[in-house]
Amino acid sequence: MADEHNAEGSTPPPASGGSPEPPKEAPKPPAAKPAAPAHAAPKPPAPMAATPWEGELPNQIKERFGDQVSACSTYLGQSFIVARSDAVVPLLEFLKLEADFDYLVDITAVDYPSRPERFELFYILYSFTRNERIRVKISIPDGAQPQSAVSVHTGANWLEREVFDMFGIQFAGHPDMRRILLPEEWQGFPLRKEVSILHQDNRWVQENLGIESGQ
Amino acid sequence: MPETTFLDSTELVLNMGPQHPSTHGVLRVILKLDGEKVMGTECVIGYLHRGVEKIAENRTYQQFAPYVDRMDYVAAVSNGLGYCLAVEKLLNIEAPPRAQVTRVILTELNRIASHLLWLGTHALDIGAITPVFYCFREREEVLKIFENYCGARLTTHAFRIGGLQYELYDGFEQEVKAFCDMFLPKVDEYEELLTNNRIWVARLKGVGILNGDECKEFGVTGPVLRAAGVKWDLRKAQPYCGYEQYDFDIPTGENGDTYDRYMVRMEEMRQSVRIIRQAVEKIPEGPIGKTPKVIKPPTGEVYVSIEAPKGELGYFIVSDNSTQPYRIRVRPPSFVNLQALDRMVRGGLVADVVAIIGTLDIVLGEVDR
Repeated sequence: MADEHNAEGSTPPPASGGSPEPPKEAPKPPAAKPAAPAHAAPKPPAPMAATPWEGELPNQIKERFGDQVSACSTYLGQSFIVARSDAVVPLLEFLKLEADFDYLVDITAVDYPSRPERFELFYILYSFTRNERIRVKISIPDGAQPQSAVSVHTGANWLEREVFDMFGIQFAGHPDMRRILLPEEWQGFPLRKEVSILHQDNRWVQENLGIESGQ
Repeated sequence: MPETTFLDSTELVLNMGPQHPSTHGVLRVILKLDGEKVMGTECVIGYLHRGVEKIAENRTYQQFAPYVDRMDYVAAVSNGLGYCLAVEKLLNIEAPPRAQVTRVILTELNRIASHLLWLGTHALDIGAITPVFYCFREREEVLKIFENYCGARLTTHAFRIGGLQYELYDGFEQEVKAFCDMFLPKVDEYEELLTNNRIWVARLKGVGILNGDECKEFGVTGPVLRAAGVKWDLRKAQPYCGYEQYDFDIPTGENGDTYDRYMVRMEEMRQSVRIIRQAVEKIPEGPIGKTPKVIKPPTGEVYVSIEAPKGELGYFIVSDNSTQPYRIRVRPPSFVNLQALDRMVRGGLVADVVAIIGTLDIVLGEVDR
């Protein structure tokens, strides 16, 4: 008995207080966030080392579209045309009807938030007869509505919907401009750079799935 | 929406999926019906969306490689091949010959596995129960080779940027050869079950026609395009990985209907065996390639595509000279092909919708990414 009492007395009471807090836990740094954004490059990287694209087709395009096409270049053997945003549908039409680029492979976008024209839109085209692949590239500011390519390539429908779903770029004249992969009432556009991979639309997840965010 | 018919019935909206077994995953199709006749469809997709492209921007090039296997999970090797080739293009490097031949063997084996899964489930949808067991039996042999090679059966992560991770195991050649010898007669066996089967022909012939021009209009590729008579295969048109060294044919159809697509895929399996047999005879000695420790491609953008079992699988990668890709866009064949579903089923019957979804050979992991 006595031993037990002694032992109890010697140990500090667990909940009654009075004992000083262990010193280790007390000084916690207020916000020790490692928060390094994924792409915090200190200096802008060197631009793409593209070389001019020589040949019959680029000459034809330059002749036809003049200053609406700012460059025809090649990078690693892949040719691309940089065009003004309002010229893209006529350009696609020209390429389809007069240069046989009849297969629209893909439409996608890239977000550069620091640029005044923050989105680059890419149209990847292929020609069965030429066995050649080219890209058309345009830049648009946030909120701009580029013309939809559905009138030229039917297959652009879902591809443009996906670009809208992921980047929030509305296409003017698109027959069915809705989200395609995400739920209709989802907030935000996930492939924009300011959207973190860790923070999805928590409200939607909680309301519809009844769980905290999947992270 | 529907034109008046002799019954003058009203339109019926029927919801098919996303848990319907014949939608091969989580595809939801909203059918607008007039009796049994399909007047229009709307696909609801995205149930399996995992944000693969967003994940890519937050991983290094090496870290992202296993993720691509989770898109088209029945043809994971093809996904990995396309990704490795795209990053190699961006780095302007090439895998050594031994790695390239190995890549061809495994990719073609995977094409067979993918087509077998398609054949089994497609036949099951139509009502033929037996082929699925046969197909899974042979597919198992392919998966065993994958397992022996890299330890995984489905999400293999078989290749690395710059070459291979693993040296071939002892007895690889023998196993692959034995598989080829065993497999070719089996294809004839499947054909005996199906090709001239009256029910099979009745359900497939003239169903879901998509002609060559329509395919191009929608950007549809792969066996669907070839069944429409367009002789186009990226392995021939723009060879990668040394495909120009192999002797093989591109099977094509004439009518672009479900039956032709079946015939094209059956023949593609035989052609894959042909490629594998040539490749396995001449696996060169030498290094299998080494992944660079740090992958930091120069600023630039490339688009590289391969002929996956479902069609053209492309990767568009934008690099900003850091260790993480600035943007990766996957051009999924299933997503683009699925868009043509509406055109194919219009005017057909509800039962045809099941046949057409099966013949498109979509994988929802790739549609939704």
